[in-house]
Amino acid sequence: MNDLLIAGGIGVAFGWALECAGLGHPPKLAGQFYLRDFTVLKVMLSAMLTAMLGVFWGGRLGLLDRGALYVPETYLLPQLVGGLVFGLGFVLSGLCPGTSCVALASGRIEGAATMLGLFAGVLLVGLAFPAIEAFYRSTPHGPLTLQRLTGLPYGVVVALVTVLAVSMLAWIAKWEARR
Amino acid sequence: MRPLRPYAEPHITGVCLGLVLLACFALSGQGLGASGAFASVASGVVGAVSPETAGHSAYFQSYLQDGSPWTAWIVVEIIGVLIGAAASAALAGRTRLTYVGAVRPSGGKLCAGVAGGILMGIGAALARGCTSGLALSGGAMLSVAAWIFMLALFFAGFLAAPLVRRLWP
Repeated sequence: MNDLLIAGGIGVAFGWALECAGLGHPPKLAGQFYLRDFTVLKVMLSAMLTAMLGVFWGGRLGLLDRGALYVPETYLLPQLVGGLVFGLGFVLSGLCPGTSCVALASGRIEGAATMLGLFAGVLLVGLAFPAIEAFYRSTPHGPLTLQRLTGLPYGVVVALVTVLAVSMLAWIAKWEARR
Repeated sequence: MRPLRPYAEPHITGVCLGLVLLACFALSGQGLGASGAFASVASGVVGAVSPETAGHSAYFQSYLQDGSPWTAWIVVEIIGVLIGAAASAALAGRTRLTYVGAVRPSGGKLCAGVAGGILMGIGAALARGCTSGLALSGGAMLSVAAWIFMLALFFAGFLAAPLVRRLWP
């Protein structure tokens, strides 16, 4: 029960933040792919940086048990193909799974259309699963992280990603100022 | 048509979202998610309509094995997202029923929405996560899977964008 209260509370804050950023508005999301609106990249990079640095320093200062946190497992080919298919869907609908819920909650009927499609999509995969299971489980690499892949210390990878993300945000700001 | 009230500054909102993700990690050990809720509900529906079909698919089984798929962590989280987004939009005066106003989306756009949803459902199922669960949460944990997914997503999006330009005038 306690777990579900946390789930609900976290969800409310998540939905609130997405709505405030304007990510429930399809033209704003699609605008990213036409370099008209950089909200998607700005929000994603800032959020990822904050959480990554929080996990890093939280672990360092002993506030957080980093080993207990979930790291997604890598399945190279299915995730590559999944990402490509997902990107096509993203630019078609102008929404992603989380933001389709935000769109519906703020009254946009497109949100419901996308949610219906999402439901159908996972249903199709589930029904076709016996046929595609071999591909789904192909090229497994376990919970691979960038530090294990490169052999660099965790702190160095965090620093490199921070520099990369901040440079990207600075570059976006400069590009927007020039237009 | 009343103009939309302005949205919040994206960098600051991003930092707030990052703090929500951090709280989620600290309180539950896992990140945020979205597509898993659709998979959980779909598995629940199939399990209720045809337990035999669900039994043949390890995908549905994976969502049916621990507890009810209707009250899974991620389903409750998504119900929270609907409530939080509805409250935020209402309080900021941004709620807009697009099917009653002049900004009604055209039939073609709704079809594109459904088609896009289907593609994203397939993509997220294959990748084991979406923009929230895999790209953002996994990205913060420096997961290779997250970075592969994110690069592939943006590559395909930028490649396909000129072809569907008509949708986004």
